[in-house]
Amino acid sequence: MNKILKTLKEIASYPSAVVGGVMVLILVAISIYTVIAIPYNEAISLWKSSEQQWFRNPKYAQPAWTNFFRTKKLPTTIDENITAHPENKTVTVRSDGTKTITENFPFDFNFDGFPSDLAIYFTYNYVQKPPFAVATFVTPDGRKIRLKSSMITNSFRIDQDTALIQKFGNTPPHIALFSVPKSDPAQILKGHYEVQVEIITFEKDTDVDAEFIAYGQVSGIAGTDHKRRDLMIALLWGTPIALMFGLLAAVGTTVAEMIIAAVGSWFGGWLDALINRIVEVIMVIPQLAILIMIGTFYSRSIFVILGSVIVLGIFGAGIKTFRAVFMQTKESAYIDAARAYGASNTRIIFSYMIPRIIPMLIPQFIVLIPSFVFLEASLAVLGLGDPTLPTWGKIIDDARSNGALFQGFYYWVLEPSALLLFTGLAFSMLGFALDRIFNPRLRGQ
Amino acid sequence: MAEANPTLLAEVKPVAKKSKFTNSTFMRVTRYSVVRIIMLVITTVIALYLTILVANMGGYVDNIRRAEIRENVNMSIAGNPAMRNIDPAVKAAYIADKIATQEARMGMDKPFIVRSFIYLADAITLNLGRALSMVSNSGSNQVRLIILERLPSTLLLFATADIVLFFLAIILALVLSRQYGSLFDKITVGLTPLSSAPAWFYGIFFILIFASVLRVLPFGGMVDSPPPSSPILYFLSLLKHMALPVLAYTFSLIFLQVFSWRTFFLIYSSEDYVDMAKAKGLKSRDIERRYILRPTLPTIITSFALIVIASWTGAPIFETIFNWPGMGRAFWQAIGLFDTPVIIGMTVIFAYLLAITVLLLDFIYALVDPRVKIGGGESKT
Repeated sequence: MNKILKTLKEIASYPSAVVGGVMVLILVAISIYTVIAIPYNEAISLWKSSEQQWFRNPKYAQPAWTNFFRTKKLPTTIDENITAHPENKTVTVRSDGTKTITENFPFDFNFDGFPSDLAIYFTYNYVQKPPFAVATFVTPDGRKIRLKSSMITNSFRIDQDTALIQKFGNTPPHIALFSVPKSDPAQILKGHYEVQVEIITFEKDTDVDAEFIAYGQVSGIAGTDHKRRDLMIALLWGTPIALMFGLLAAVGTTVAEMIIAAVGSWFGGWLDALINRIVEVIMVIPQLAILIMIGTFYSRSIFVILGSVIVLGIFGAGIKTFRAVFMQTKESAYIDAARAYGASNTRIIFSYMIPRIIPMLIPQFIVLIPSFVFLEASLAVLGLGDPTLPTWGKIIDDARSNGALFQGFYYWVLEPSALLLFTGLAFSMLGFALDRIFNPRLRGQ
Repeated sequence: MAEANPTLLAEVKPVAKKSKFTNSTFMRVTRYSVVRIIMLVITTVIALYLTILVANMGGYVDNIRRAEIRENVNMSIAGNPAMRNIDPAVKAAYIADKIATQEARMGMDKPFIVRSFIYLADAITLNLGRALSMVSNSGSNQVRLIILERLPSTLLLFATADIVLFFLAIILALVLSRQYGSLFDKITVGLTPLSSAPAWFYGIFFILIFASVLRVLPFGGMVDSPPPSSPILYFLSLLKHMALPVLAYTFSLIFLQVFSWRTFFLIYSSEDYVDMAKAKGLKSRDIERRYILRPTLPTIITSFALIVIASWTGAPIFETIFNWPGMGRAFWQAIGLFDTPVIIGMTVIFAYLLAITVLLLDFIYALVDPRVKIGGGESKT
């Protein structure tokens, strides 16, 4: 107990160890929070779902907090659902049972950027004849613009209405509707807007609820991607996945390497020579290429890849390092003593030789974690990520394949990269510091 | 894969056994190299065999062979005027029969183990089959040609990057070991954790900064399109396109390299013979070159070898990020097209490249390591 306290105290005297340790703890805390707050199945179904789930989000929206650094504020999404404001809905029933429903969506628009898209969604029921809707857009200066008058469908995408686009002289409606008339380049008209929807129903039981959405250019803490998905889910879930992959791969390979090196150096002879040759063969095997082959031909499941990484890593180059230390340990007096009192080979290897190397093992293993985290990200960036899981590498892949760097969606690349770098720095800072603490031979410099 | 960390890795290299009578340096280096070449050939053959086993677990190599046989038979029949006017049904039966004979001749009906050795022989001779959809610039669908014609650009990129990294790191490490404990030294040591991220990762950052925001360097590619006609302009365009990849590569590895080499230099500069040289009044440049750099060179080359090997392995993703028209990017294209012969062929050629790299570095090692050259045995100076 005292010894542990003493070690902890020594660790605390290294600032980089403390910073690295705190960063690792933050990552662990994020992972635990994520796994509890967004259960696995929910995260998977959210990430895989089509636009059904995400239709209320804008595409390619930057994080909302970026507005804080901007003098010209970009719009957030304005989402007006009539069910939330029943007072704006008036229903007039005619004698034959048909109704005229008026639904008004008043909203203030005081941003310095245009919305990215406009749409009206309808929830309705009918038996034979669908209801008819007329949508009108009222600007702050009192102009009334007819948007649509037609049979109701599920959604009315104002921005894709060719008639409207032609009416505005090929200007997209989301710009034309929100700009000062005849301004060039288009200037934003701030103020109080209103969308009026008048619905005529032809059946007695028909009821219609509408929802007007003016999609913003910023959304949420993390922004959204090309499928309108909130990146936050993938950023959060990427954390436990990255930690799990890095940790298991690092533990698997280092422990295996250590045991093999111990056995080889203890027995020596042909066994040692054989192990050395196998290590050399594995060094020549192109590991990323083999993983790519496995990913393309057999399975992209993260567990298959993890297993392959460990199998390829069992005879990794680390064996040579461990072997060098074991060769020295083997000559120690206490090993001779153990041999003299008749300790078995297993006992000497596992109780006397391996514990000796643990201080060297821990830092090396911590430093190895980021390389596996980045390996997983590399495979994802090559398009070989696990098809179901949201990971950091897959966000980068999505961003790259959708031209994020060309089109200036920097947040899309920077967010997962920042997390990857954070993870890398956390573990390597901690590992390097621990190495200096546990292996004072190197500390002298 | 997991890049071995040189600070934690005291690599032990096998040293040639004490020779009996030869005294000449040339003989020793040759003997050492021949032994290493033989070892490496065996190693490479085993590595290739393992690669083939992994590839053929799902029968992918079998499919490539079958497709090739079918194509050859169809071609020979289509080119045979005597077969032109024969009833289609008879012709089909004839083709099927011919394919079966060919398959038997090529050993397709043999058990898995026998077949795997046939494939190994094919892999060793680079008989890699035909690509499903990719073609080489000359229009051939031979996997070997597709891959090898992209090799020069990959070699150009990685050799340049490795040379820049090597010399920059050595110079910086020497400078730092001279001013141990200075602010510059502390900053470099503090930045070492940055080396935990691979080159492609910094590549994305540098593309973002220099190509997307500042718009001073190209997003990727190897030369402008269309390529400049005059050699000087071509060279300049090449330099411009190589700047970012080389920068990213160097940036991702330099801090760790400088840190670990600086530590070696510090250890060696506290040796008695260095103090002796200082007492004799030798110039510090001479001391560095003769008494510090010389004995550390084998260790430095060993640790650099690990870096070079790791960088080869990362080529597919590094070249994809920079759109560099080399082997790595062709690999990525093959994944996208599910072009199995190219994927397997690529893995085979990467194994070859790794082996050649190991051999080359071994040879350099033999040239600089006095234990090989003088044959002084295991003892260190």
